[in-house]
Amino acid sequence: MSELTLLLIRLAFLAVLWFFVIAAVGVIRTDLFGPRTAPATARKPPKPAKPVSKPKRGEPRQMVVVGGPLQGTIINLTETPITIGRATDATLVLSDDYASSRHARLFPQDGQWIVEDLGSTNGTYLDRSKVTRPMPVPLGTPIRIGKTVIELRK
Amino acid sequence: MTAAAVEVAPVPMTAKRRGAQLAMLAFAIAVVMGAYASVGLGLDGKIPAGMLTYGLGLGALMVAAYLVLARFAPWADPLLLPLVTLINGIGLVIIYRIEQTGQAGASATNQLFWTALGVVMFSATLIVLKDHRALQRLTYTMGFVGLGLLVLPLVPFIGKEINGARIWIGVGGFTIQPAEFAKLALVVFFAGYLVAKRDVLALAGRRLLFIDLPRARDLGPVLITWGFSLAVLILQKDLGSSLLLFGTFIVMLYIATQRTSWVLIGVLLFLGGAILAGQLFDHVAARFEVYLNPESQALYDREFGGSYQLMQGLFALGSGGILGTGLGEGHPKLIPLSFSDFIFTAAGEELGLTGLMALLMVYALIVERGLRTAIAARDPFSKLLAGGLSFILAWQVFIIVGGVTNLIPLTGLVTPFMSAGGSALLANWILIALLVRMSDAARRPPPQAIQDEGMTQVFQR
Repeated sequence: MSELTLLLIRLAFLAVLWFFVIAAVGVIRTDLFGPRTAPATARKPPKPAKPVSKPKRGEPRQMVVVGGPLQGTIINLTETPITIGRATDATLVLSDDYASSRHARLFPQDGQWIVEDLGSTNGTYLDRSKVTRPMPVPLGTPIRIGKTVIELRK
Repeated sequence: MTAAAVEVAPVPMTAKRRGAQLAMLAFAIAVVMGAYASVGLGLDGKIPAGMLTYGLGLGALMVAAYLVLARFAPWADPLLLPLVTLINGIGLVIIYRIEQTGQAGASATNQLFWTALGVVMFSATLIVLKDHRALQRLTYTMGFVGLGLLVLPLVPFIGKEINGARIWIGVGGFTIQPAEFAKLALVVFFAGYLVAKRDVLALAGRRLLFIDLPRARDLGPVLITWGFSLAVLILQKDLGSSLLLFGTFIVMLYIATQRTSWVLIGVLLFLGGAILAGQLFDHVAARFEVYLNPESQALYDREFGGSYQLMQGLFALGSGGILGTGLGEGHPKLIPLSFSDFIFTAAGEELGLTGLMALLMVYALIVERGLRTAIAARDPFSKLLAGGLSFILAWQVFIIVGGVTNLIPLTGLVTPFMSAGGSALLANWILIALLVRMSDAARRPPPQAIQDEGMTQVFQR
């Protein structure tokens, strides 16, 4: 086996090793750079179906605190999710011993706002039922988090 | 009504990516077989007879692992298994190559046997553990099991001292390092404990200058872990495990509470402990001495606790250079124990910096997948457990690679999945099984939110 062949084998092996790494990164590309390309096409089909599947009830514009120490606070709803809890980086910061630091999250999805409990200690209640999985929030239905009660309004 | 409700676009849709997983697995095995062939060509100019046995053996094992994964954790991350396969396979090749030089103790057949056992453990974990949150109920049990395993080598008759560290136990004809399994149990314990206590640890306390100081009584568990890791260090002369455990605990505390003060306290405690140990104990002091002056002739020539092994490793890396000498063309026999703690330098000589970086990238990707699982996980226990397990893997690679390259003082630890050694391989395969289980739970699409609220709610799995 000549020196040159061995050199070529060596370089080829290193190249293949790196190609493996690059292929692996390719598999998780959407994770690293965000789903920029894929959902753009994937999201198109559901669009036309949407008005058919659900009568438009009017989308909520504001989140209003109707009970608890922060009563009267109004947060305008945009496209960004809202986090609620005692942590200082939450959108609605509660100072309530019954709330967890990251208590619950509200996020928009197809014009609906969904409430999700983030593993809080005392639970989140939508109207009277405990939120155990992401649930859509109808307009004017109270969400209870500790002593705080919030509602979505137009 | 329900039909209309079901049509709503799912929340974040993840694909199973099974095809990609199978392709990457085949790619990994092809790379490993290429490495075998390359070793044979480098050594004596022909493809080694073992290539098909080892390559197909590894391939069959991984296909078995893949089938178990596809059946019992279909939504699991598509990359974890192929990445681990590659690292494990490259480890096998390097050990096979070292075995060819006739270094005592290196045995690729043994390693393949342990890999098979590892895959069995991987499958068993996936099959038995349907829901990883069952572990949360075992928090304190796991804590005791972990501590028990850690102190097991100190028990007379069972424990064995090999190469100056008392970390082995003899079972039948085998020796096992219980600490490898202890670390898994302890990560589960830390995760369960911190989920229960994180609010207290994060919120109580007062502010001093710019850091939030925790309350004194909340320091208790940290101090106990610190004391325990120091005890391990002193009684078993096992610096690596001690650093590994304490570092992992501190990082999990940080993940749970997001308080920098804990990291600061942890680093200070560890430095304090390390300096104290350095003054009190000869074997720790010797490590520092070697770390500071590895080139000194006196240390190089010293028979025990000198820098001979470290320097031979560094020479190997130097002779490898950027592109390496090529598989089968280096001299791994010159490095003592090149098949276990120093396998990274043996790989570095033959694959060069380029190859080592690729290996480190593969490790980084495994850790990235683990941390990604932690981010995607839905309950705090899984977040902490996935974060802790990925970190312990990363931290282990850092400690040993940093050690053999003299970036930090050398502490004996195995390179995950590469070094010869059954216990570590088994424990790490279980670790990967846990990550796979959690990534399956995290990536599984959530039950769909329902649009109209009636008395009964129907949801889709």
